[in-house]
Amino acid sequence: MTGPLHIERRLDTPKWLKVAVPFASILLAAIIVAILLAATGHNPFSTYHQMYSASVTADGALTSTFVYATPMLFTGLCAAFAFRMRTWNIGGEGQLYMGAVGASAVGLVLGDWPRPLLIIAMVIGGALAGMLWACIPALLRAYLRTNEILTSLMLNYVAGFFMYYLIYDSSSYWRDLTTPGASVFPTGKTLVANASWPGITIGTFTLPMGFILGVGLAVGLLVLIRSTRYGFEMRVMGDSPQAANYSGIRTKRKILSVMAISGGVAGIAGSSQIGDFGHVLDPRGLQQAQYGYTGIVVAALALYNPLAVVLVSLLIGGLTSAGFALEGPSFPTGLVGTMEGIILFTVLGGEILARYRIGLRHRAVTPASAGANFGTEVAP
Amino acid sequence: MTDSALDAGGDQAAQVAGPHQASGSSASAPGAMPGALAVQAVDMTKRFPGVVANDHVSFEAAEGEVHALLGENGAGKTTLCNLLMGLYRPDEGKLSISGRAVRFHSPKDAQDAGIFMVHQHLRLVDSMTVAENVVLGWSKPRRLRFSPRKVEKAVAEAAERFQMPVDPKARIWQLSLGERQRVEILKALYRGAKILILDEPTTVLTPQEAEQLFSSVRDMAADGRTVIFISHKLPEVLAVADRVTILRQGRSITTVPTAGTDAEHLAGLMVGREVSLEATAKGSEEPGPVVLELAGVSARGDLGTEALKTVTFDVRAGEILGIAGVAGNGQRELAEVITGLRGTTAGEIRIGGTRLPMGDPRAAIDLGIAYVPEDRMGTGISPNLSIAENLMLKSYRGKTMRSGPVLSNRKANANAREMIKRFDVRAPGPRTLVRQLSGGNIQKVLLARELSSEPRVVVAASPTRGLDVGATQYVRQVLVETAQHGVAVLMVSEDLDEIFELSDRIAVFYNGKVVGIVPAAGANRQQIGLMMAGAA
Repeated sequence: MTGPLHIERRLDTPKWLKVAVPFASILLAAIIVAILLAATGHNPFSTYHQMYSASVTADGALTSTFVYATPMLFTGLCAAFAFRMRTWNIGGEGQLYMGAVGASAVGLVLGDWPRPLLIIAMVIGGALAGMLWACIPALLRAYLRTNEILTSLMLNYVAGFFMYYLIYDSSSYWRDLTTPGASVFPTGKTLVANASWPGITIGTFTLPMGFILGVGLAVGLLVLIRSTRYGFEMRVMGDSPQAANYSGIRTKRKILSVMAISGGVAGIAGSSQIGDFGHVLDPRGLQQAQYGYTGIVVAALALYNPLAVVLVSLLIGGLTSAGFALEGPSFPTGLVGTMEGIILFTVLGGEILARYRIGLRHRAVTPASAGANFGTEVAP
Repeated sequence: MTDSALDAGGDQAAQVAGPHQASGSSASAPGAMPGALAVQAVDMTKRFPGVVANDHVSFEAAEGEVHALLGENGAGKTTLCNLLMGLYRPDEGKLSISGRAVRFHSPKDAQDAGIFMVHQHLRLVDSMTVAENVVLGWSKPRRLRFSPRKVEKAVAEAAERFQMPVDPKARIWQLSLGERQRVEILKALYRGAKILILDEPTTVLTPQEAEQLFSSVRDMAADGRTVIFISHKLPEVLAVADRVTILRQGRSITTVPTAGTDAEHLAGLMVGREVSLEATAKGSEEPGPVVLELAGVSARGDLGTEALKTVTFDVRAGEILGIAGVAGNGQRELAEVITGLRGTTAGEIRIGGTRLPMGDPRAAIDLGIAYVPEDRMGTGISPNLSIAENLMLKSYRGKTMRSGPVLSNRKANANAREMIKRFDVRAPGPRTLVRQLSGGNIQKVLLARELSSEPRVVVAASPTRGLDVGATQYVRQVLVETAQHGVAVLMVSEDLDEIFELSDRIAVFYNGKVVGIVPAAGANRQQIGLMMAGAA
């Protein structure tokens, strides 16, 4: 009755294994996808080479990778930070929208400010808008004990509709009503040139300012979690809310502030979308990109570690960018999604399996006795 | 009162042992073991990072024997069971079952060899029926179709055959803890258990249920099965077992037949020194000024009903006030109200004259109230954090654990090392997760944190529940010393012996009210008992 494998729980996973498993998992995912490619009549090696070129080496490919990675970095941090305390903020998507709304408002209103001040104001404007939006599910969770997964998720749709309303169904401040074309195809007002964020350009490659800001935030959040009283309280809360209450931690305020920070980070994703890339509030584009939801995947792959979020956002950003660049008959749209799914599966699976010791069972022939099946190695 | 006879760590133990032993283990005299060897463990060794959990442990049990494994928390009983059950693999040593050497790779292997374990925390699916639980995951013989009626019939037959009366159609959540345990045992027997390991089986049982269990255990042994009975309670070991193997600090000290021994002797072997099961010395003679004052305090319970009704009493510095009462009469709510975890609906609590704000745990901590909660793992400890982190659970806000704005690992570890030494916590080091410690050591970590904060009031709820003789003695000693240093101690306990042993005054709770406060010296047990039952 016993299978060929035996599985035993590890008492503690050695450190090298914790680091090695995610990389091995990604490698395994690559092998699985290669088999999939070969089975559908593609040459896996040339496909991988194409993808590498389309996300790194080709003209503008690396820039494009960073364009996709930047919002995912923020939304990944948003999810990773909240999830650390087992506060399940699924609302990064809506907080990003609201951040974009806030940042574009700031950019439009304060268009005549000096550039550095205007950019800082946009970052803050987006962060504040995201924070406020995240405070709705946070307040409901802290004071009425509603489930923040549901409320934050549903508020994503509300934020989406709100954005649509601003541009398509109203004469709001954000909507461009001046040009004749704009009344047929509604668009948002384009921000002044001063409001576009500077990037660092080396040759053909441009590193967006948002990405640098994101890396700084990742480091900051890591320090906050690892070595401050605030982070200590988060760890206690995440492990045992009762123990947190018992030890005098203000648990309701904690939920509020963690959700607010998480939402603020997602809000900056919205600022960066406006300042770094779009320069206009584009509801359709933001909704199609779904960076908020991808951020949850990024956080999960990074095992909620802010620094790992930086690397993972680049990986997923590169995949997405290559997917768009290569899209066509020989490279179907679904392939990138499939790859992301398989990577997620292997990394999370690997993370769980790393907690066990797994090996082949040695079966030795035992003299049959009264129906007892020992199924085990018998010492001489 | 629960467990009055069985849980007694006190002098009662010796008295209880006599009669039980006569009726319980008369079947087997030492040296006349019935049947062949069922389990033989030789030099079993299991090392964990930093500790040797089992150090050359040896014991053997015959067919038809009830063999007790006795030891303090952390003595290696659980590790030994996990070795027997194939959950761990031994680093050294040999295990033979029915004279045949085996090496288990998983619990499945152990079960195939006829070894089953009933865990302390039962592993049943609440929403399923008894019959479904009994056959759950048991794929022998493998059948595609699952017929509830057939299974129920088979389980009913088994229940009758093994004299384990349970209704196979009942759902687990409808059953009492004693009945649930019976289902676990039935499950093992149904699956052909030859060797049954019971891990601290009486922890969750009432005294009557425990008696029933003991008689089932004797029946199973009479049937030729081997029962390995793990416990740290001396009276029940003496009552049910034929022989006892004593474990201490990971080593098997000796195996003795229960017939020729008594509780004092076993306690001595278990702790490794002479143990007097006499009372600990009381608190200081002259209590100081009033420190904790409750005036007409009322509060609601979890279900919204009134759990505390205009409770008024005070506790003086250097005094231990024992709260006696049957569980569920407002004691938990009382402790929570004083420690700020629960809001009040009326009345006032004062600490040294200062009014305690309602429902604010941090204010209570800042006013010098330490709390040893009943629910250690759930409330008092963050199980997945380290010892060092748990020790700073209340002091992290102060300056002692920081360098600048950043929490200092070095300071936390230094503090932890000092506490581990001072409170005799047995652990590999400050970074060990509290979850991995034994019950007694967890309680020591908790006490270390609470008592080292220089409190003015200590609220201790069932501080020795589930602890072994050594740890119990230690905890009681620490509480008495704390009172002697001028701290007001409020101790809630369901164990009347403990109340009598430690308290200066006893307040009896019934139905959310204080029915009476009497000095412990010269208090009448009968009288207290009647008050607890609401009859006086």
